[in-house]
Amino acid sequence: MRKLLATTAVALSVIGATAMPAAADTLKIGYIDPLSGGAASVGQIGLNQLNFIADDINAKGGVNGNMVEVIGYDNQINAQTSLVQLQKAIDEGVRIVLQGNGSSVGSAILGFVEKYNKRNPDAHILYMNYGAIDPTLTNENCSYWHMSIDANVTVKMAALTNFMTPREDIKKVYLISQDYSFGHSVADTAVAMLKEKRPDIEIVGNEFHPLVKITDFAPYIAKIKASGADSVITGNWGQDFALLIKAAGQAGLNINWYTYYAGGTGGPTAIKQAGTADQVFQVNEGISNLDYAPAQEVAAAYTERFKDAPVMFPRVFNAMGLLVKAIEEAGSQDPADFIPKLEGMEYSTFSSGGDSFIRKDDHQFFQPLYVSTFGPLEANQTFDEENTGWGWKKVGEVAAKDTVVPTTCDMKRPG
Amino acid sequence: MLEILFISTINGVTYGMLLFLMASGLTVIFSMMGVLNLAHASFYMLGAFFGFEISRRLGFWPGLLLAPLIVAGIGMLVERYGLRTVHKHGHVAELLFTFGLTFVIQKLVEMVWGKLPVDYRVPASLDFPAFTIFATDYPAFKVFGLFASIAIFLALMLVIKRTRIGLIVQAALTHPDMVGMLGHNVDRVFMLVFGVGVALAAVAGVIAGPALVTQSNMAGLLGPILFVVVVVGGLGSLGGAFIASLLIGLVQTFAVAFNVSLADVFGPIAESSGLGVYFDDLWSVTVAQVAPILPYLLLVLILIFRPRGLMGNRES
Amino acid sequence: MSTSNTPGQIALPSGAETGFVRRYGIWIAAAIVLAALPYVFSSGLAVSTMCVMGTMIIFALSYNMLLGQTGLLSFGHAVFFGLGGFLTAQLIIAFAGGEQPLPLMLFPLFGGVTGLIFGIIFGAVATRRAGTAFAMITLGISELVSSTALILRKFFGGEEGIMFDRTEVFQLFGLSFGPQIQVYYLIAGWCLVSVIAMYALTCTPFGRICNAVRDNPQRVGFIGYNTTMVRFIAFSLSGLFAGIAGGLAAINFEIMNSAQMGAHESGAVILMTYIGGVGNFAGPIIGAVFVTFLQLTLSDLSDVWELYFGLIFICVVMYAPNGIAGLLMLQRPLLQRGQLLRVAPYYLMALVPALVGIAGLSMVIEMTHQLSIAASEGAEMTMLGFTFNADAVLPWMVAAVLLALGAWLFLRAARVAQDAYGAALVQGSMK
Repeated sequence: MRKLLATTAVALSVIGATAMPAAADTLKIGYIDPLSGGAASVGQIGLNQLNFIADDINAKGGVNGNMVEVIGYDNQINAQTSLVQLQKAIDEGVRIVLQGNGSSVGSAILGFVEKYNKRNPDAHILYMNYGAIDPTLTNENCSYWHMSIDANVTVKMAALTNFMTPREDIKKVYLISQDYSFGHSVADTAVAMLKEKRPDIEIVGNEFHPLVKITDFAPYIAKIKASGADSVITGNWGQDFALLIKAAGQAGLNINWYTYYAGGTGGPTAIKQAGTADQVFQVNEGISNLDYAPAQEVAAAYTERFKDAPVMFPRVFNAMGLLVKAIEEAGSQDPADFIPKLEGMEYSTFSSGGDSFIRKDDHQFFQPLYVSTFGPLEANQTFDEENTGWGWKKVGEVAAKDTVVPTTCDMKRPG
Repeated sequence: MLEILFISTINGVTYGMLLFLMASGLTVIFSMMGVLNLAHASFYMLGAFFGFEISRRLGFWPGLLLAPLIVAGIGMLVERYGLRTVHKHGHVAELLFTFGLTFVIQKLVEMVWGKLPVDYRVPASLDFPAFTIFATDYPAFKVFGLFASIAIFLALMLVIKRTRIGLIVQAALTHPDMVGMLGHNVDRVFMLVFGVGVALAAVAGVIAGPALVTQSNMAGLLGPILFVVVVVGGLGSLGGAFIASLLIGLVQTFAVAFNVSLADVFGPIAESSGLGVYFDDLWSVTVAQVAPILPYLLLVLILIFRPRGLMGNRES
Repeated sequence: MSTSNTPGQIALPSGAETGFVRRYGIWIAAAIVLAALPYVFSSGLAVSTMCVMGTMIIFALSYNMLLGQTGLLSFGHAVFFGLGGFLTAQLIIAFAGGEQPLPLMLFPLFGGVTGLIFGIIFGAVATRRAGTAFAMITLGISELVSSTALILRKFFGGEEGIMFDRTEVFQLFGLSFGPQIQVYYLIAGWCLVSVIAMYALTCTPFGRICNAVRDNPQRVGFIGYNTTMVRFIAFSLSGLFAGIAGGLAAINFEIMNSAQMGAHESGAVILMTYIGGVGNFAGPIIGAVFVTFLQLTLSDLSDVWELYFGLIFICVVMYAPNGIAGLLMLQRPLLQRGQLLRVAPYYLMALVPALVGIAGLSMVIEMTHQLSIAASEGAEMTMLGFTFNADAVLPWMVAAVLLALGAWLFLRAARVAQDAYGAALVQGSMK
């Protein structure tokens, strides 16, 4: 039924009639991420989570009495397509847009939203960024109409290096990253922060490989081995991470891996296949085995409904939670009204109820970060990943206030 | 240094032989039918996925046997009902048909198996390190892949050069009408050849699936390299494809081992001004970073200086 | 299959026999239609879509200069599109501030020049060979260029590309080109100019020789032309127009990234041009509009829309190699003989089972999709207003019946329609 409505709306809007006026003032959330093509699995998971959250909110009466409607737009992880879809969303009356897969798409959307709001002063389009973590989005290119919900590269590296600092067994670190802006940010921040916190650690390699192009990482593993490193820091995600870990397992490389996205789709399966138990670490905003009852209830219900893709991103839940709270406080769906509420807002995170807040200067959300390791589950832990039987276990925690990093943002505010 | 050299050589040869498994099928189809099957990598992917499904129920070895047969069947249907119809519209139409086929097969695979990678495992019988050299384990599965590829190459050469079927197929390449007049069913020969060609790709898929990631985008990753191999080796030459696969496998693997850039060799240049600033990146990029594009560079160079490829003997 | 049609459109020496309206009427009509479109389709999405269609029309027509007119199948045409766009973007950034009197309207020209220069460079390498080898060279060049773009990060902006503001250059007559409607008219204007230029090219002797090279290169050599040179010039000129299209696309989106030079974009233009029809000048125009429209709307109807796309393309390659334009052109003799109305009922008769068969096929596809990828949403699904369970036996049987029946009836009806077509042709010519 949703699809039929959506199609009619599109057809009508293309012909020029106004989009079908929705019942009362539905709160429309546009979700622009890949829903087809190679990256679709991740995009679809985000959409599943939004639908899950929306159904839950609607069952409880909606937001300010209005029902929430989530509309997915497929951008095929392409920046230009994202802009056309964004235009389509705006035509359909959407003012709040969520996106999180791909910093290139994030930058494009940010640029478009900034220019669109400038050229159409009544528009007030808000971009809730739940995963594009290029630091420029909250520094040089920051915008009043953008909220960054996921911890950016610098913040995560700060947490990770804080975790690594007291570990005496780390002596030689090898860096391997994808050769694009994100990979370079990860590598540069790692070098800088390690130098500052543990100058005795020797960085024995700083490798860049083309993005999503390598099928056989064996040569890279050989180099890592030759360098004598005991730890690897990498921002690799998706198949770049999966193939890396598999190659390491096959070559019998026995070291620790400090990552950002080992928990992404395909990662847990690869780690299990490689057999590297308790040696892969990741830093993120939350895992399911944190012993926080409200989150675990939701996680159980979610994994029950989405059996074939039981992956959760707490950042999506945080993003929606923040939005709903701000809209209810402002009593209005217009971003111009509730953005001031979001600035400086204090919030309890989804994963653990921890204290978090949005900084007014750059609209960056600061939250507790967790370092976890992947391996066989203990008796009291129930959530495994990708049906492998292994799961994420917390080994470190950094409070929100300890993750704050400075910003160069010079935000232009309206009015 | 010696360790890297040795490991890289073995890795390069293994990767090259995997490429050859696929390129051999492509070359056979091209030399027999004059059609460059752009969807060849898609049949490789189908082989991997069918191998996965069969290995889940019957085990890896039945998969190795059955998956190529199933894919061969599909290939024959494609040839009979697809390529044959399009053949009369010319070469461009044939290329475009296989191009569209790539697309459709990928979408079908996505539709059935999804976009996530599937858990295609190395069989327990081969899941051990074959040998340990310089403290690095070398997986037995890769060694198996190496031997399988060599065996297939030898078998192929034997069949083409020494058996009657091979003789007929060679003849049908250049004189299809004459062969038809001699009483052989040329259409059936073509169908068989296409089936065998894609079956070879499927075998590559079954072997590569557990070693690499089995995912719906695997065709797009290996596809372009495949065409480089075939063109560099010389369209239609099996020996050329063999040499080219090894060459490209070794080049790519060795390139990754070297973190050398022009800046390291010639010294950093001063920050240029104006247009030069755009080319500074070229100066500081390392060989390792450009490793995956070296095959394409090789392709363009070969096509400039030796257009018929290393061992090609056919003008297309 | 050359692109000139009625006798009146070949430039006759005197020019007095063909009226002004007859010669140029179609272009004037096109200009009027382009100017009026935003009033008919006025929503933001419609204007944005038409902007995209405008750039794609130029892009597809430039590709047809290679494929349809010269017989060169290139898999790397997006390289010129992308390079043209990048240079335009960098120049807009360079000239931001508006001191130099270069209004935005001129910038696509820079894109065109870039396309021309690179067309010459790559053409010198690529056009030495034809056929399959040419296709492979273009594939290699395409991969090479898009990979190099990721290395030359300063110029190409790496993965994220470069963003800019088109309102920052010199503004002529106060036109800032901020509002989308102004950009639409810019694109429409350039589109008209480019289309006229490319059409004019097909009418020149050079255009005819290109067709000859496509049809019989050996013979062209015999009559004294250098086929390599002809291909080289055609390649370079197609790069020129692709560069213009790229410049316009850059202006439209205000962002340019390396994905637009890659294999995906090259594949898209092949699809557009071929589905529209390579044998006819209007084919790529139809294809560009049709495919752009499908790309934007089809994804709402089905998650597996790309599969339908691929199937449409394969059907066109197999059964309608002259594309949509070809199918329309087949009706022309009927129209001329006044027999169209006689054959039309047969077409309708064939259309009904075709729709039934398509319904059955899409049921199978959608149900398979529901049971595999979308399994987490449960087996219940809705199609055309009917709700049913994808894992029940009945829907599958219904789908199988619809598909089989539809296909069989369609094949019969198509044969009858074909006979009717033939009869009508004969009938008409006997009058």
